[in-house]
Amino acid sequence: MIAEFTDIWVYLRTGPLLWLTVTLAAYVAAQWLYERAGLNPLLNPVAIAVVLLVTLLTATGTGYQTYFEGAQFVHFLLGPATIALAIPLYSHFGKVRAVVVPMLVALLAGAVTAVVSAVGVAALLGASFETLASLAPKSVTTPIAMGISERIGGLPSLTAVLVILTGILGAMLATPVLNLLGITDWKARGFAAGVAAHGIGTARAFHVSEVAGTFAGIAMGLNGLLTAFLVPLLIDWLR
Amino acid sequence: MLTALTGLLLCQLIGETVVRLTHLPVPGPVLGLVLMLAFLALRKGIPGSLETTAGTLLKHLSLLFVPAGVGVLQHLARIQAEWLALAAALLVSSVATIVVTAVVMRAMMRLMKLDDDQEGAA
Repeated sequence: MIAEFTDIWVYLRTGPLLWLTVTLAAYVAAQWLYERAGLNPLLNPVAIAVVLLVTLLTATGTGYQTYFEGAQFVHFLLGPATIALAIPLYSHFGKVRAVVVPMLVALLAGAVTAVVSAVGVAALLGASFETLASLAPKSVTTPIAMGISERIGGLPSLTAVLVILTGILGAMLATPVLNLLGITDWKARGFAAGVAAHGIGTARAFHVSEVAGTFAGIAMGLNGLLTAFLVPLLIDWLR
Repeated sequence: MLTALTGLLLCQLIGETVVRLTHLPVPGPVLGLVLMLAFLALRKGIPGSLETTAGTLLKHLSLLFVPAGVGVLQHLARIQAEWLALAAALLVSSVATIVVTAVVMRAMMRLMKLDDDQEGAA
């Protein structure tokens, strides 16, 4: 009986089925917890799912390579999902047109702040160039950030982690920070969440308000475009 | 749904190919996004199946970040060595970016006398 379980485990741990299933299960559990807690931003579902999975992988002695063989199918969808951003961007273009100038000015200010403040603080605290280059594109969505990082001499896989941490942090902080500032306009609130915290901020914004979510999605798309041009210029200037 | 998924992948494929051929300084998926926008603008509308497929993908956007997040396992040594710089950079930068973006956008909207909805904060 025990031997049979060992055989099954040996079979499962080498194929993609197990870790793909576990990734989805961890996310479903995290989403359930987040909803049960009344969408409390501190119980971010990405954060909970990552903690669950890291604990499980460590406990079973499974390496990231093995895990990723299953999880790559989920990760791959980030590419098509980036293209899919064109759809809300196009369909809300009418609504967006009215505030296009404030949006673009805020985008430029926010995108520069995101890169310069992160790289500046880390450089002051003595981070290595590889870490700085990996950190620079952390506010844009994963596939774009990884592409930028690769181009400027960062570590794309480290960038991916920093992007996720930024997203989780931004999704947790946006609501309290914006309340403190007394900003009540959903367009501005959503836009700020999308510039600072890409897809994870956008997912959070959609939970709070449809308008905020739409503007966060637009911010994520535009910030991806702008940062892809901006970071190589700023990094050259830093060197 | 299959046509829509093919369309999304096709845009990404063209994007990746063009970026590699021309050495453009943008990632492939970004060029794919621009291509899709251009396609929708030319077509003057979104095909229903594309709207559903894109909606499903974007609804579960959070899930798609989980595998990359688990990648933290690979970088534990570097994160332990540089944790203070990284934690401070992420925290300061996240707050600064939220504040600057929201404040600039509200100031610009007021300057241009555009509506500022007072729906109340949540």
